Amino acid sequence: MSALSGAGVAERLTGFVRALRDQGVRVGTGESVDAGLAVAALGLADRERLRAGLAATLLHGEGQRPVFDQVFDLYFPRTVGAPGDPSAAAEVPLDRDELRARLAAALAENDAAAMAQLAAQAVDSLGGYGESPGSDGWSAYQTLERLRPQTLLARVLAALREGQDERAGFTDRLTADEIRRRIEDFRGLVATEARRRVAERRGTDSIARRAVAPTADRVDFLVAHQGQLAELHRTVRPLARKLASRLAARRRRAARGRIDLRRTVRGSLSTGGVPMRPVLRRRRPGRPELVLLCDVSGSVAGFAQFTMLLVQALHDEFSKVRVFAFVNSVDEVTDLLDRGRADPEGLSARILSGAEVTRFHSSSDYGTALGEFAERYVSTLGRRACVFVLGDARTNRTPPNADALRHIRDRAQRVYWLNPERRALWDTGDSAASAYAEVVDMYECRTARQLGALIGRLVPV
Amino acid sequence: MGTIETFVDATSTPHFDSVEDVEARLAGVGYLASPAVATTVFLADRLGKPLLVEGPAGVGKTELAKAVAQVAGARLVRLQCYEGVDEARALYEWNHAKQLLRITAGRDESWDETRTDIFSEEFLLARPLLTAIRGGDPKVLLIDEVDKADVEVEGLLLEVLSDFQVTVPELGTVRAERRPFAVLTSNAARELSEALRRRCLFLHIGFPEEELEHRIVRLKAPGLDAALVESVVRVVGALRAMDLRKAPSVAETVDWARTLLALGADTLDETVVRQTLGVVLKHQEDVAKAAAKLDLDAV
Repeated sequence: MSALSGAGVAERLTGFVRALRDQGVRVGTGESVDAGLAVAALGLADRERLRAGLAATLLHGEGQRPVFDQVFDLYFPRTVGAPGDPSAAAEVPLDRDELRARLAAALAENDAAAMAQLAAQAVDSLGGYGESPGSDGWSAYQTLERLRPQTLLARVLAALREGQDERAGFTDRLTADEIRRRIEDFRGLVATEARRRVAERRGTDSIARRAVAPTADRVDFLVAHQGQLAELHRTVRPLARKLASRLAARRRRAARGRIDLRRTVRGSLSTGGVPMRPVLRRRRPGRPELVLLCDVSGSVAGFAQFTMLLVQALHDEFSKVRVFAFVNSVDEVTDLLDRGRADPEGLSARILSGAEVTRFHSSSDYGTALGEFAERYVSTLGRRACVFVLGDARTNRTPPNADALRHIRDRAQRVYWLNPERRALWDTGDSAASAYAEVVDMYECRTARQLGALIGRLVPV
Repeated sequence: MGTIETFVDATSTPHFDSVEDVEARLAGVGYLASPAVATTVFLADRLGKPLLVEGPAGVGKTELAKAVAQVAGARLVRLQCYEGVDEARALYEWNHAKQLLRITAGRDESWDETRTDIFSEEFLLARPLLTAIRGGDPKVLLIDEVDKADVEVEGLLLEVLSDFQVTVPELGTVRAERRPFAVLTSNAARELSEALRRRCLFLHIGFPEEELEHRIVRLKAPGLDAALVESVVRVVGALRAMDLRKAPSVAETVDWARTLLALGADTLDETVVRQTLGVVLKHQEDVAKAAAKLDLDAV
């Protein structure tokens, strides 16, 4: 922090705010000024206080916190250059075994300071790549591949058990999970440290633009990896709650406005026949039926699964929710979804094993699946049914069978198609997007944020 | 520090000197604040801005406001929000009955006299928001569960929270003689409007770190064996990592510790945990899931 002073702070702060804006955090000038006042009030001596102060003034929600923390670590790094401690510098580079031994000890002790220091040393001695300036850098991936902290679990457990006397307490069964969580934290520390070192080399601004992971609701469904999907699943319930209150508000608004003449006249008798107080017609609380038709083939499974979970969490808002899955054959999976509520991660495996979604081969075929749905299930749809088709419309060059979709549209009250692909990619390769888009409204839906907005807007109330 | 005073107008007198001061004095009334909480409270006090606190139920959002009031020797004015709360409940109301009495009592004076009289302070019923900004004594304004109120009420709050003033058409604008320390709490049941958020400092209180929770339990359930406190905190930590419908909060941890104290348990073992898990977890499916993950039936 010694490098920061006077005008440097203001500049650093505006750079920081710019980087946050690039990541989609909306920060106004007023907030920047508040942040400046916060820095003046808190001083720069305590880094965690500074972090809390800036978060309080610049953030408006906890969802933006992960992005904020990453950007903060870049703009207000813990140290500058290679790991600082001069006595340690004499003996660096530490080799891999020594690092592993020290890490195991730190994990057993739950010593956060030691873990942070080890992360710095590990990146320094294991993470460097490239020789010539311009192509060299530090890689968190390479560091972790060489260090393999996840393999330390058994060793840490053994060390912990050795130190203890024989009585096996109840809480010992929690130890393994706790160590796993600490290892996960260590991986995060390594990633932060590697980003910091690269940022020193390449300039903070450019790294902040490229290397900061977006918030979960802005991650593209099609490229999300396992960890991001798991994080997404944790957002299902809060998102569903927000959508439910949005739908309820729309419903309330829709109920207002039309005058009930009979009751208005009746009410006017007490004011001598002058209708002082108009009485509004009450709507019957009819709720729509929601039908999902999901492509669950490998390429778009993450998207379909997220949407199913979201809709399931919203089931109170509808008279009925039915979910159908297909790859090249349609089957109803509503029951599978209900029964497996406790284990959302295993959902796609359960669908693939428990429902008949493939026949003869395992690549998706929209034409056949839509045809089958139109033939077998359309007659069971209610008058107020709203159908969402989820999929990328990539038919593997089989006929798109848009007539089947037309048939579904004629029967249901509304049909929408949510496509997780970028609009620019529609109709490229084997995508039959426009053939379907002619029949029903097709929307791009790449992230959880877009999905929430679309459901809140499109679902009838 | 010299520059900051120029931005803050004279209506606010800081209650705290430093972040350490916040931490120590809150601890003095039994509220153990994490560094982030202490820092943000200090800033809210210094910058004279309202504080918007979000977080899961039972982590001490409302308690924070009460503790600040106690420490600052201020009066706590509370507005509990609910669906349908309106101007008359939040801001002020004219005392119609009293006005009618006044009108009938003074039959022989002219209407002009009566009119100016019945719209005076005497006939004004101040509700929490107006109460909080009138009078020169220090106050803490707690607007609890602001997410439960309708969107229209947020509009009402904007004038109060940004300028600490209330406009009563018949009387004019009432300005705060002394700014109250304002705390808004929310469970995020509804997305608050951007306009409201921008007027506040934002604080998210999550589940506390293991060490802090340890201290909280020791404070709230004195007499419990230190090793047992540690076990309790560790098990609760494991439960929070399980993705349950309702993760146990600090309130539940303290309840559990007190239950164990009442039962006279000296160690945490299978039987005790199975019997008392209902104190920590409030849904049957959560209990089942946790029991499976903790291998409660294995032995």
